[in-house]
Amino acid sequence: MKENNNTLVKLENTGVQVDNKWLVKGVSFEVQRGKIVTLIGPNGSGKTTTAKLALGILKNIEGKVYKFTDKIGYVPQKISIDWTLPLRVSDFMLLTENLKNNEIDTALDLTGVKHLKNNDLRNLSGGEFQRVLIARAIAKKPDLLVLDEPVQGVDFKGEIALYELIKKISEKLGCGILLISHDLHVVMSATDYVVCLNGHVCCSGTPQAVANDSKYKELFGDRASTILSVYEHDHDHTHSTDGSIETKK
Amino acid sequence: MFDDFFIRALAAGLGLAFVTGPLGCFVIWRRLSFFAGTLAHSALLGVTLAFSFDINISFSVLLVSSAIALILLRLQKTTKLPGDALLGLLAHSSLAIGLVVIGFLSYIRFDIMGLLFGDILAVNKKDLLVIWVGGAIILLILKIIWKPLFASTVNYELAEAEGMQPEKVNIIFTILMAAIIAISIKMVGILLITGMLIIPAAMARNLANNPQQMVVLSIIGGILAVLVGLFSSMQFNSASGPSIITAALLLFILSFLKINKLRQLKK
Repeated sequence: MKENNNTLVKLENTGVQVDNKWLVKGVSFEVQRGKIVTLIGPNGSGKTTTAKLALGILKNIEGKVYKFTDKIGYVPQKISIDWTLPLRVSDFMLLTENLKNNEIDTALDLTGVKHLKNNDLRNLSGGEFQRVLIARAIAKKPDLLVLDEPVQGVDFKGEIALYELIKKISEKLGCGILLISHDLHVVMSATDYVVCLNGHVCCSGTPQAVANDSKYKELFGDRASTILSVYEHDHDHTHSTDGSIETKK
Repeated sequence: MFDDFFIRALAAGLGLAFVTGPLGCFVIWRRLSFFAGTLAHSALLGVTLAFSFDINISFSVLLVSSAIALILLRLQKTTKLPGDALLGLLAHSSLAIGLVVIGFLSYIRFDIMGLLFGDILAVNKKDLLVIWVGGAIILLILKIIWKPLFASTVNYELAEAEGMQPEKVNIIFTILMAAIIAISIKMVGILLITGMLIIPAAMARNLANNPQQMVVLSIIGGILAVLVGLFSSMQFNSASGPSIITAALLLFILSFLKINKLRQLKK
């Protein structure tokens, strides 16, 4: 990938070590406007760490991270809200951005949780909370969305719908997306660029290129590369966030 | 109007309540109760240094408390000790150094009780000016950093990722804490300022269901505590500072009764 003015964030040979142990090392890639880049890899391979490198959260890193935007929406992998904070969904939506009431409604509606707007954040289920997190990240219309396993705990129907929503948002807002996912089906069908991590960049490229890479097969098994063929077909319908099917016109 | 000592005490206490209300909410949200205590303890060192070098007490306390707070932020990053151990270390060592220094200043007669518990009835017009102007500045800064500070209270990494600069606002907040202790030490003293920060906010937590509401209720709680405390200290001839904190505690207990009643109604 060549650098151009569509680049939102660019990592150059980055790495980070804690207590003399490298969490990840030698990671390079970039996220461009309107493109979805996905990080895959086994547990402990440094996916979340790489996302944090891209976000600039980690200090004392090796290599260079160039950020070309400050308008970032982040859905972290883990987040716990302290019970000492009285926080409604609507307060949480305003955490880092001043939004109009109808902007909040629209975003919550997109992820199917508008009815929870005035609920206390602590009383949501895991899946509901995840939908609120996604709504908050997209409501501010970011240039760059960083989604760390965004659909964990979401029911099966919702999962597909949310992934399609994410794809739709990247097209509509023209934002770049850095996605971490264990769901190889989704990754291989809806991504522009895949980075396969295992403490370092194991292989990277288009989904097709990665699926055929011998290192990818080594890491995920032969069966993983056949996933792609299953998903290379045309959809004649779409799923809305509540799971109902809409036929394409 | 401010010629009467009781009016001055009221004005000082109310001014204090406006500032400790919002700051106290952050103390509760960020689990900083012990931190506030540590800063208050270090204030004794600030007072003794003020006497040693003949400088303004509030200014000296602000410097020492800020320094201790910044040392703490630094130690949290560079040592492997848990936060509460570091707080204990700083609180008790700065208190001890303060007392050692007092011992050397034998030519000055120290009112230790006054330092520990303050004397709100002895507030003069100049103190009042410091409280109201200083308090207004603290509140103004708090309002400016509210959004990033609140975001980093909810989730540090999220705030950092989305450009809220949590490290910077943390330092500013820490200095604001040192500042409120500096301007209030003469009134409520080292031991009671922590109570003024924590108890009204804790009461508000029992009643509020969103952050703004909690801040407003915390201020109202502080104001009520000052009014009830001061008038009852007049009535029963009890110590003023401790009376204010006792009144705050009573309000906290009342707020507890109220949520229990609400729960019963829901059933």
